[in-house]
Amino acid sequence: MTRFITSSFSHLILLIGILIMVVPVWMIFASSTHTSSMINMNGLQMFLGDSFYENYLRVLLYQGGFFKEITALKMFFNSFIMATGVAILSVVTSLMAAYALVYYRIKYATLLFWIIFITILVPLELRIFPTYSVMAELNLVNSYFGLIVPISASAIATLFFRQFYKTVPDELLESAKLDGANTWRFFVDFLIPLSKTMIVAMLIFMFVFGYNQYLWPLLVTTSEQYWTVVMGLKMMSGSIVHRFAFVMMSMVPPILIIIVLQKYFIKGVFQDK
Amino acid sequence: MSFLDLKNVTKIYPNGTKAVHETSLSVDEGEFMVFVGPSGCGKSTLLRMVAGLEDITEGDINLDGKLINEVDPSERDVAMVFQNYALYPHMNVYNNLAYGLKNRGIDKETIEQKVNDAAKLLQISDYLQRKPSMLSGGQRQRVAMGRAIVRNPKIFLFDEPLSNLDAKLRIQMRLEIKKLQQKVGVTSIFVTHDQVEAMTLADRLAVINNGIIEQLGTPIEIYDNPKSLFVAGFIGSPQMNFLDGNIKNKTLSAEGFEIKDIDSDFEGEVKLGIRPEHLSQSENSLINLKVDLVEQLGSDNLVYGQLKNKKDFCYRCPGNLTIEKGADLSLNIENNKYYIFDKSTGKRVN
Ligand SMILES: Nc1ncnc2c1ncn2[C@@H]1O[C@H](COP(=O)(O)OP(=O)(O)OP(=O)(O)O)[C@@H](O)[C@H]1O
Ligand SMILES: [Mg+2]
Repeated sequence: MTRFITSSFSHLILLIGILIMVVPVWMIFASSTHTSSMINMNGLQMFLGDSFYENYLRVLLYQGGFFKEITALKMFFNSFIMATGVAILSVVTSLMAAYALVYYRIKYATLLFWIIFITILVPLELRIFPTYSVMAELNLVNSYFGLIVPISASAIATLFFRQFYKTVPDELLESAKLDGANTWRFFVDFLIPLSKTMIVAMLIFMFVFGYNQYLWPLLVTTSEQYWTVVMGLKMMSGSIVHRFAFVMMSMVPPILIIIVLQKYFIKGVFQDK
Repeated sequence: MSFLDLKNVTKIYPNGTKAVHETSLSVDEGEFMVFVGPSGCGKSTLLRMVAGLEDITEGDINLDGKLINEVDPSERDVAMVFQNYALYPHMNVYNNLAYGLKNRGIDKETIEQKVNDAAKLLQISDYLQRKPSMLSGGQRQRVAMGRAIVRNPKIFLFDEPLSNLDAKLRIQMRLEIKKLQQKVGVTSIFVTHDQVEAMTLADRLAVINNGIIEQLGTPIEIYDNPKSLFVAGFIGSPQMNFLDGNIKNKTLSAEGFEIKDIDSDFEGEVKLGIRPEHLSQSENSLINLKVDLVEQLGSDNLVYGQLKNKKDFCYRCPGNLTIEKGADLSLNIENNKYYIFDKSTGKRVN
């Protein structure tokens, strides 16, 4: 009996927590399906209206920005390119950096690693002006390259891969060597398949990180052609229902990527067992 | 020059540990060489230098007439079986065996042929599609062997490959390894600290202690004729009994008895070694043993007891003799089979 009470109590707390998280999102979604005059008169709505298609279609295709050069669709495209680019590039660079740190005979490899690690303490905002001036010098302002590359060195991912490589037994490398594998083959045939799950996890993590960037894209793009979704949230003008619709849509890509890749993620985890 | 030739090979680790002292050794083609010695004596280090997994501090290693000091392990054409097998966890058994062949650019059909042959030889054909994690310890052991065999290398190197198996399986695999090696005829070096394994497998045996080869020879040579106190104590089970003694005028006085007319000109402090199996009960006895404990192995009895001066002593007798705890035995050394060692240097003197 007491067990029933305590377990219902914890369930109650969890339910309240879920409600606190979900209700605001639901209200925005519900409100985004009404007309703006409805919202303006009656405030936020808890139930669905019937302007869903109208509102969302308009937001997707509306020529926004000061110069009316960009649609939400294009912003999604830009964000997708940027987030994918950041995810892939940062995972590839961290895989290779960790490989070099663990397997090459580098003097002071540990020191080097800690220097890389300390950069976690230095947020992008702190180095944003020097980074910008480098990009400007290289003429990379207003390009996907400029959006992606400066934020694609991830100390955290390097840390994860390094720690993982350190748990790979030395005999595996030695055995592979005797089987005629060179440095590159060991990386491709062993470390990458062995860290498959971790790679997927890092891809998700870095995708969301890239997608959520705000300040950097704001600085490095002056042309509206390169606006991203998160920038768009701020820049968006128009009526309240359209902004709500845009907010709702901006949540879709990260959720989608997690749902799609999590399947592989879990599969990987269970296969290795 | 023999097939594998080590000349004054020395290993000093970066932290200053001298793991292998100037060691020279020749292994003939097709020979089964065993390195045996206590933990930390440098067996693995020596083996890993042959494999190319450790740099050679000094000296030369020649394999099949070619100096291989600077040759990368991937180019040496040696195969190694590790203690924990080091199977590739993400590849199935087939690919574990095939990986080394693929790296050499051998065509698919030949690979398939070779893998299937090796699998048949080792009776692992049924598991080819399984991942190593889905195999038992003994099956993993076979896969590790298969990975070595399938490449038909110049030399097999085994680093304590049986120590993760239970006692029964270990004996079975020991036999199979020996049979397999005789069948394929590949030169092999086998590292172990188990002296029974060493004795049963070896064509020749290198007893290593503190980075030095103390004695090199066939198992029987080493058993019958140990050159030093260490080798005498290490080879043989149960261990040889050692008594303190003193030689004067060809007479050895040990703890409680004397042996006259010994075959040695040495004078001074010695250790007298007697194997438990070289004793027998007799009337005119040398040694009096008070029995503490009898281990009945069926074929043999191991009798543990104490001499008059409370020194522990072991006697091995045929299993059909019944010996009671607390009995007093009078023992004699059969056929003068005893060993005398200089106490200060450990060298054999008779
Ligand atoms: N990487 C290393 N750095 C420094 N010293 C080492 C290293 N590897 C081994 N040693 C030392 O070298 C000596 C020989 O080691 P080795 O591994 O060859 O012993 P072993 O005979 O194989 O022992 P075991 O039977 O326990 O495997 C030991 O004293 C060990 O501490
Ligand atoms: Mg060892």
